[in-house]
Amino acid sequence: MSNILKKEREVVIPGETIAEGMDYLPGDNTYREGEKIFSKVLGLVGVTGRVMKITPLSGPYIPMTGDKIIAKVFDITMSGWRFETNTAYSAMMNVKDASSRFIKRDEDLSKILAIGEYAVVKITKVTSQNLIDLTMKEPGLHSISGGRLVKINSQKVPRIIGKQGSMISLIKEKTGCNITVGQNGIVWIKGESEKELLAEKAVKMIEARSHEEGLTEKMGKFLTGGEQ
Amino acid sequence: MAYTERVDGRKFDELRPMEAKAGVIPNADGSALVKAGKTTAYAAVYGPRELFPRFKQNPKTGIVRCHYGMMPFSGSGERIRPGNSRRSQEIAMVIEKSLNAMIDLSAFPNAVVDIYVDLPQTDAGTRCAAISAASIALADAGIPMKDMISSVAVGEVDGTVVADLCYDEEAYDAIVSDIPVAMTHNTKEITLLQMDGEISKEDLMKALEMASVATDKVYELQMKALKDKFAVRLEK
Repeated sequence: MSNILKKEREVVIPGETIAEGMDYLPGDNTYREGEKIFSKVLGLVGVTGRVMKITPLSGPYIPMTGDKIIAKVFDITMSGWRFETNTAYSAMMNVKDASSRFIKRDEDLSKILAIGEYAVVKITKVTSQNLIDLTMKEPGLHSISGGRLVKINSQKVPRIIGKQGSMISLIKEKTGCNITVGQNGIVWIKGESEKELLAEKAVKMIEARSHEEGLTEKMGKFLTGGEQ
Repeated sequence: MAYTERVDGRKFDELRPMEAKAGVIPNADGSALVKAGKTTAYAAVYGPRELFPRFKQNPKTGIVRCHYGMMPFSGSGERIRPGNSRRSQEIAMVIEKSLNAMIDLSAFPNAVVDIYVDLPQTDAGTRCAAISAASIALADAGIPMKDMISSVAVGEVDGTVVADLCYDEEAYDAIVSDIPVAMTHNTKEITLLQMDGEISKEDLMKALEMASVATDKVYELQMKALKDKFAVRLEK
């Protein structure tokens, strides 16, 4: 006999039993011991077919290949730039991945990206030791100037974006700001200064109230009338 | 004269009134507060973050670093000199080891998770409150753990086995033993076991059995603290 002991989207803590029996398989953030499947983090239960998984409610950003992140240059080396990624690990970007134009051998790299500058970059590779390679060569990737940066918990990023980008396009539309959300939890907002402030408030509010349902509608009201 | 009634009127296996709360420090990645009678422990967790000095980095797994500190006028005795002491260093080490047993940082090589536990008010059982609080704070920070760790002290006062000793019992004028115990919830594995004083082998086994029941009560509280944090948000 196999059965699931928790409801879908129920909050579980580390070590809680979520299913019994061999008919279910341990997915993300779970582990099996004997016949039982246990949770490994604080999160929400999810069941897809036979696979049990936990969606974390908090926790660090885990770099993944293909993620678009916002990172800060903190060092320049012979062959490229080193970035702070809002994780425990720094990332490298090679000269050849910085620009589609030809960069001469003796060119001053700080003219392209100086120390302290932020950039929207994409992760091209992550090794088992969490060494990260970045690129800035694709459309939509660029260095950042002006605007403001907001740091949020990276687990809340999907909520900021919303289903098919509904939430983020709502904020963009109502405030007229340009908004880029990095998967590592750094959000870049650029527009008129007062609108920027409003957009920042909206982002912070979504982070704090990410568990509520119908949040997109509430945010719509907040952004038009200032009502909460 | 045997110890027939406890100094604060509790039953022998009764714990002090306890309280636990998660997410009490906004700047930390995870945090918790645990109160057990007149002992209060705040735990804050930061990380995983880059570990310096570099020679301490472990390329196979992340490590845990712990700080434990009692505040200057937290106890009932003399002022405690702030900063590190032999005692606080040792307690930080045992807390670290007892938690390390269940934390899985294999996904974060070379990194560190810092745990800071501070006690603004103390009345015995500080390392137990610290471990229980740190366990909640780690879960709150989203650190992968195989199980929660709950901790409570047991002991023997003048021939009677009791749970969760307060300072007056530790200082009771007879033969007293004070045994802090930390246990995992599912498997009841012991991750901390220390002793001060003396106790017979039979009574030690009795005390450990009592600890197993007592840590379950602590676990219930820890679970409630973590689930409450999100329940509040759902209601709003």
